[in-house]
Amino acid sequence: MGYKRVIMGVQKTALYDLHKSLGAKFVPFAGYEMPIQYKDGIVKEHISTRTHAGFFDVSHMGQFFLEGDETLVESLEKIIPSDLKSLKVNHSKYSFLLNESGGIIDDLIVTKTNKGFCIILNAACKENDIKHISKFLDKNHKYFLNNDLSLIALQGPKSVEILEKLIPGVSELKFMSGNNFSYDSESLYITRSGYTGEDGFEISISNKKVKNLINFLMKNGVKPIGLGARDTLRLEAGLCLYGHDLTEKINPVEANLKWAIAKKRKEVGGFNGWNKIKDLLTNGSEKIRVGIKPEGKVIARENTKIFSSNGEEIGFVTSGTFGPSVNRPVAMGYIKSEFSEIGTSIQLEVRGKKYEGKVSELPFYKKSYVK
Amino acid sequence: MSEKKFSKKHEWVTLEGDIATVGITKHATEMLGDIVFVEVPEAGKSIEKEGQAAVVESTKAASDVYSPISGEVTEGNKAIADDPSSVNGDPEGANWFFKLKIKDKSELETLMSKDEYDKFCKENPS
Repeated sequence: MGYKRVIMGVQKTALYDLHKSLGAKFVPFAGYEMPIQYKDGIVKEHISTRTHAGFFDVSHMGQFFLEGDETLVESLEKIIPSDLKSLKVNHSKYSFLLNESGGIIDDLIVTKTNKGFCIILNAACKENDIKHISKFLDKNHKYFLNNDLSLIALQGPKSVEILEKLIPGVSELKFMSGNNFSYDSESLYITRSGYTGEDGFEISISNKKVKNLINFLMKNGVKPIGLGARDTLRLEAGLCLYGHDLTEKINPVEANLKWAIAKKRKEVGGFNGWNKIKDLLTNGSEKIRVGIKPEGKVIARENTKIFSSNGEEIGFVTSGTFGPSVNRPVAMGYIKSEFSEIGTSIQLEVRGKKYEGKVSELPFYKKSYVK
Repeated sequence: MSEKKFSKKHEWVTLEGDIATVGITKHATEMLGDIVFVEVPEAGKSIEKEGQAAVVESTKAASDVYSPISGEVTEGNKAIADDPSSVNGDPEGANWFFKLKIKDKSELETLMSKDEYDKFCKENPS
């Protein structure tokens, strides 16, 4: 038991010392030393996010800025299947970077800015993503990863009331939109978004000012939340974790994320993997991502094999845990499409023994976004 | 009841006659975090010393529980399987994992005393 520590070459966020002082247990994650939990533990952190508010240091994620003229949209639309052309300034979309066969290189949030776009990239993928994106850019497009900025997710039903006290105006933002605000004599960018299924914000703020912001939040009863609870929260909300539920070998149709491909782009195409995706949109995919509810208390973790009720192997689990708010084990995985109907009985092989389960609707926990 | 003895794999054991009671230590529960699943062995199962006997899972990960002593299981604690989180509350008392009829009392001599175990945990931090 316990966690291996990586001493050499490990990166730390601007809040590392603060996490330490709050009793964080650290784990190496995507080359960073990140808090997995604090003193309260995963279940309490999860519940306090759902019932009050919690903050997450997600500064390890890449804040990637692109600037350019209208040709920038054309370049990005070759690898991102959103309607970037129609995206209004300060509005965001959930999307992905696609490879030539339609596989997902990373999932991301793209926001239109005055000069171009800001893309939030997964920490483990950001370097590779930038290499991939840059191949599609022209000489007149500028791009840079801003390492001077921290990123704080404030999540939970009390988030809006608390942040409005410090930064008036944030309550007017709608889900998946943002704006510039001023705080501590500095400009910062806030979007109403997050990855927990709760109302909340993601705050992009300079590394110099981030501690002041956190001190304010903590004085207002916001608890620090580690990666452990981030995982249980996102899984209850049915949201994918890159490297587990999504990989380069999975395309958006299989991932049950075709809603994230813009309607116009589905009709016209013109992006990486379009031929394959067009075919799958028409004919369906062989396998698809579904929610899974194991019966009883058994937890079906990543790589658990899934069988049909007559014993045929039909898929595998990609994420599984105990959901503290739904008070039961929950999982997601890929199964053969003919078994994907909600309510289908399946069997889950855990430690050599088969346990009953059912294909379930996603999310497990109802989202409460402010639209 | 005998003095409580401890294994390097973070189990404790006490002996009453030839019946041993086994559980996981407070230190183990602190490393694991919130316990959300427990599987205990059925009565009649034979287990060798250091053999896999039970399963404990936290929100983070699954871990095996080993038997610090050989014997035949007489009882698994169904109450903790029904309420796994109770193990976090009182791991070294009411929330034992299983009882077994032991074969060789001398196996206990290879285990650690409370003081030795505390020292072992300090020297081997997680």
